[in-house]
Amino acid sequence: MSQSPSPSTAPAFRLETVGMDALIVRLFAAIDEAHMPWILAADNALRQRFGEALIDLVPSYTTLLVHYDVARLSQREARQWIDEALRGLKPASTETGREHRIPVWYDDSVGPELTRIAERLGVDTDEIVRRHAGRDYCAFALGFSPGYAFMGMVEEALATPRLKTPRQKVAAGSVGIAERQTAIYSMRSPGGWNILGRTAVELFDRERDEISLFRPGDRVRFEPISREAFIEQGGDTTPLEER
Amino acid sequence: MATPEISRAASGNAALVVEGTGPLALVEDAGRFGARHLGVTQGGALDWIALGWANWLLGNAPDAAGIEIAMGGLTLKATGRMAVAIAGADLGATRDGETLPANGSFVLEPGQVLAFDQPRAGLRAYLALPGGIDAEPFMGSLSTVAREQLGGLDGRGSALRIGDRLIAASVAAETREMPCAMAMPQDEVTLELVTGAQIAHFEGASLFAAFNQAWQVDSRADRMGVRLTGPELRCQLGGMISEGIPLGAVQVPPDGQPIILLNDRQTIGGYPRLGALSPLACARLGQCAPGTSIRLSPVTPHQARKAYLQQLALWR
Repeated sequence: MSQSPSPSTAPAFRLETVGMDALIVRLFAAIDEAHMPWILAADNALRQRFGEALIDLVPSYTTLLVHYDVARLSQREARQWIDEALRGLKPASTETGREHRIPVWYDDSVGPELTRIAERLGVDTDEIVRRHAGRDYCAFALGFSPGYAFMGMVEEALATPRLKTPRQKVAAGSVGIAERQTAIYSMRSPGGWNILGRTAVELFDRERDEISLFRPGDRVRFEPISREAFIEQGGDTTPLEER
Repeated sequence: MATPEISRAASGNAALVVEGTGPLALVEDAGRFGARHLGVTQGGALDWIALGWANWLLGNAPDAAGIEIAMGGLTLKATGRMAVAIAGADLGATRDGETLPANGSFVLEPGQVLAFDQPRAGLRAYLALPGGIDAEPFMGSLSTVAREQLGGLDGRGSALRIGDRLIAASVAAETREMPCAMAMPQDEVTLELVTGAQIAHFEGASLFAAFNQAWQVDSRADRMGVRLTGPELRCQLGGMISEGIPLGAVQVPPDGQPIILLNDRQTIGGYPRLGALSPLACARLGQCAPGTSIRLSPVTPHQARKAYLQQLALWR
């Protein structure tokens, strides 16, 4: 997966019927961070064009799902509106996405796969931490649970398949990787990602103005912190496997 | 579908107190919209038509919040005089032991007990209160999604529990009579499927089988999705990049057995799909017990929309 520069002309898109009141706008064929400015620009243009007739708009790696109000328009009209909205599209500036620094306590007790991955690569766990925290990740899409962002790309050598048997319960704040993606569990849930550590940051907080910390297109960098700092931030040190 | 404007602070209104619970009783309205890009699912009544009728019987907006009672077992006691309505599955509802129709409105006097036994036809009955249910909505909806810890009386995604109080959102109700029969699915049910998505990537023989052979509703069924068992469907697509998925999406994982994704589904997913059931078909599926025989019938978005708008027009 190349980090190619953003194409300077608008990508050709395809419209696919996916339901009575939903269309998929397919912009790209592969996952690439360079595509996000186009996805964000399309997101913005579609929101503007549809206004009140938009029920939900779900951007993902290469697509946007447009769920519109059929009491207001037919699918033929929706297709026309999408065509109009995306005509002459310009990529969003890379500043559109916000930047986040997420403090993480990387430790075997809360991240049992830290050692497993280190052993596989023949390095110590500090090296894994340095490499996982050593780059910016792009939030490609939110899903799985409220506020949960699928981020990438993890360095090729760290890529690890999902656990064969998912855990029944993964603690909220657990930081994991699956293949070349990384994510933070936004709430306690079952899950099969390889867990490296834990953050005390709340990803989905209904009392906050921005309920979800992340939005599609945001950039995220992990910051290794000590156990003491994690506790100071209100982190829960209960080992993962005891939960 | 707009969310109803519910006048709050109706604390003086009559309440129903939960005295006994069954498998699952949830506060549901039309669903939570506008936050799927943040990973928040839509939720809402599975049989939105039955909820719509229950509300209509009291003069409520069709999408006002009511109680979705799955499989019965719920017992409620009225603290004051209150008109209520039920619609959908026949769960053997009684008022102080007297049998009630499966679809209708009636008055509970103070101290009277409304009880739901077990399914005689369909799976889910809907109970409406005057004006809806008085509770604090989250993102414009009271719909309960346990997995997301959102909605419901406590705002934390809890199902109804013994001791919970259901407070009507308004005092008075304009009760009506059911103008038509509301049939529950019997042994064989036809579900309209708006074809699309990755349907072109399925093998021809699989597509023929999908629309010409019978499917069975599996016991692995909940508010997230319903599995069907039947002919093995083969798709030529290998891995797919996850994308947004609409209500009723018929996805086919590598085992070739479809899963129909319903209201509490995850917001994005990466299995190939044949398309999505129409909203009317989704409502019907919400009433189908395991073992029900299903036929899938291909329709266009235009046909599905026409039927949907006709249903909405009945409530105007």
